[in-house]
Amino acid sequence: MATIDIRSVRKSYAQTEVIKGIDCAIADGEFLVMLGPSGCGKSTLLRMVAGLEPITKGEIAIGGRVVNDLEPKDRNIAMVFQNYALYPHMSVYENMAYGLKIKGMPKAEIDAAVKEAARILELGPFLDRKPRQLSGGQRQRVAMGRAIVRKPQVFLFDEPLSNLDAKLRTQMRVEIKRLQSQLAVTSLYVTHDQVEAMTLADRIMVMNAGVAEQVGTPLEVYRRPASTFVAGFIGAPAMNFMPGRMGADGRSVGVDGGLSFTLAEGAAAAGRPVTLGVRPEHLHPANEIPDATTIALRVELVEALGADTVVHGRIEGTSGPILARLPGTARVAIGDVLPLAPAPGELHLFDAETGRRMAA
Amino acid sequence: MIARRSWTDAIPHLVLILGVAVFAFPIYVALVGSTWDAGTIGRGRLPLVPGPDGWANYDQALFGDRGGRISYVPVSQMMWNSFVMAMVITVGKIVISLLSAYAVAFFRFPGRMVFFWMIFITLMLPVEVRIVPTFEVISDLGMVNTFAGLTVPLIASATATLLFRQFFLTIPDELVEAAKIDGAGPMRFFFDVVLPLSRTNIAALFVILFIYGWNQYLWPLLVTSTREMETIVIGITKMLGTSDAQTDWNLIMATTILALLPPVAVVIAMMRTFVKGLVDGDK
Repeated sequence: MATIDIRSVRKSYAQTEVIKGIDCAIADGEFLVMLGPSGCGKSTLLRMVAGLEPITKGEIAIGGRVVNDLEPKDRNIAMVFQNYALYPHMSVYENMAYGLKIKGMPKAEIDAAVKEAARILELGPFLDRKPRQLSGGQRQRVAMGRAIVRKPQVFLFDEPLSNLDAKLRTQMRVEIKRLQSQLAVTSLYVTHDQVEAMTLADRIMVMNAGVAEQVGTPLEVYRRPASTFVAGFIGAPAMNFMPGRMGADGRSVGVDGGLSFTLAEGAAAAGRPVTLGVRPEHLHPANEIPDATTIALRVELVEALGADTVVHGRIEGTSGPILARLPGTARVAIGDVLPLAPAPGELHLFDAETGRRMAA
Repeated sequence: MIARRSWTDAIPHLVLILGVAVFAFPIYVALVGSTWDAGTIGRGRLPLVPGPDGWANYDQALFGDRGGRISYVPVSQMMWNSFVMAMVITVGKIVISLLSAYAVAFFRFPGRMVFFWMIFITLMLPVEVRIVPTFEVISDLGMVNTFAGLTVPLIASATATLLFRQFFLTIPDELVEAAKIDGAGPMRFFFDVVLPLSRTNIAALFVILFIYGWNQYLWPLLVTSTREMETIVIGITKMLGTSDAQTDWNLIMATTILALLPPVAVVIAMMRTFVKGLVDGDK
């Protein structure tokens, strides 16, 4: 039972600053996913919480206690690593019992804790096996078992599913979610996979270049991305961006290529250079949406995925590609000109200079 | 097809059999020689079948006084000396190099690379180069004619340190971190994780170092002068005709065969761990 408070945390290696001041308060029992491209500092931040990396500046508190100078073992945390990090010469049982043995817990209690974890994770039949005799998914379950038996205040996950194949990943994702809600332990989870982030998280911290771009629930992050980076990173295929200029009325945006879109809410920034964003799934055939600006998309590539058809194309007179995600039933051929229109209220407006969100 | 396959099978076998014969024949001759009396061998016509004097020869070599002609040290005494020397060198080398490799591989401390290179540089100086100063030090410390004098200078080992260091570097960082989170301190991690993982390497090194220690010649020759401290390798060379008397070839061969046994025993004993380690392998 613990909150985690990250206060103005910075990390530098020699002259290079990799974490540039992050603040975040994680509630008791919350599942926070740190999402970002590789090198954004998400693992470094996690390792600072774990105590595996010293904190250059700022404070991290677990359960109200500042842990900056505590050893990992004194922070009451458990960590699950990407490559499982099981002790190869110990059996599954010994792997899970090792931490408790070091703590000096009586044998009977260790036995009870390990058996209980094995029951939860369905590892019972494998307790005597060595890690190399297990499949990837089973190994990852052992790594989780090792975390559970310690009854920690905080779970830390460092890309735990990256080494698994797609099917197993989906399955383990569900298991992690179930386990975490069952045990109600505050969790930090690092990943670069947005599907993992969207499905697991209570809140997502989207990180880029050592900065937390946005912290919010999965739907907030999807619906109201705080910057062009978040907008482009969350959602697949990525959001379409069109450079443009705010109209004099503060409600319409003229984009390159001569089109003009009217926003649901205004933004008082007449004449400013802006970036207009719209998700591929929010572009629909123009005849379904009355009174909207129509985009004439010349189709260059069609990806039929079964459920959906992703269309790559270009607006006449502009250079940037535009993607649209249409129902799988749509009949589209290369060279067609599709009349499309954005769904009402699904336009995103960003400042062209700062990349920050301006309005709906 | 079938003929072709039997050919491809036969040639490697033939080569291997020839190789074994070339290596094994001298040992066989020594074995046979140790079962005949000195006279038979002395006439230069050693039969290739075992003779009748085996028990007598081995008994005399191991415990006898050689009929009082020259007061040799019994082979059992020399074997004991060699065994103690080889064991202390082997165990000492392994313990020291495990610890120093652990320090160099896992800890960040000032001068880490300096120490590493200092160890590395000693590799470039063979025993023979530093033997005079080493002898001076040992004799000043009063360790001549002791097991300490015999073994201590040979214990430091750059080769083993380097080998262990390279192995330790292959242990993933995440394993170290997992142990840190589990609360294992450095020594705990060493004994619970690093040592068990190094078992195969230790077994392999044990074999190599034991034979190295057993075969030491120059250093024991310098540092021991009493008969009680004589090692078997020196004993054998001393038996070779230094006097005008007839060389006791039967006893020399028996001694040679006896000298062969401990290294062979070590190889066989360690082979198990070694092979098990190779089979268990996988990370």
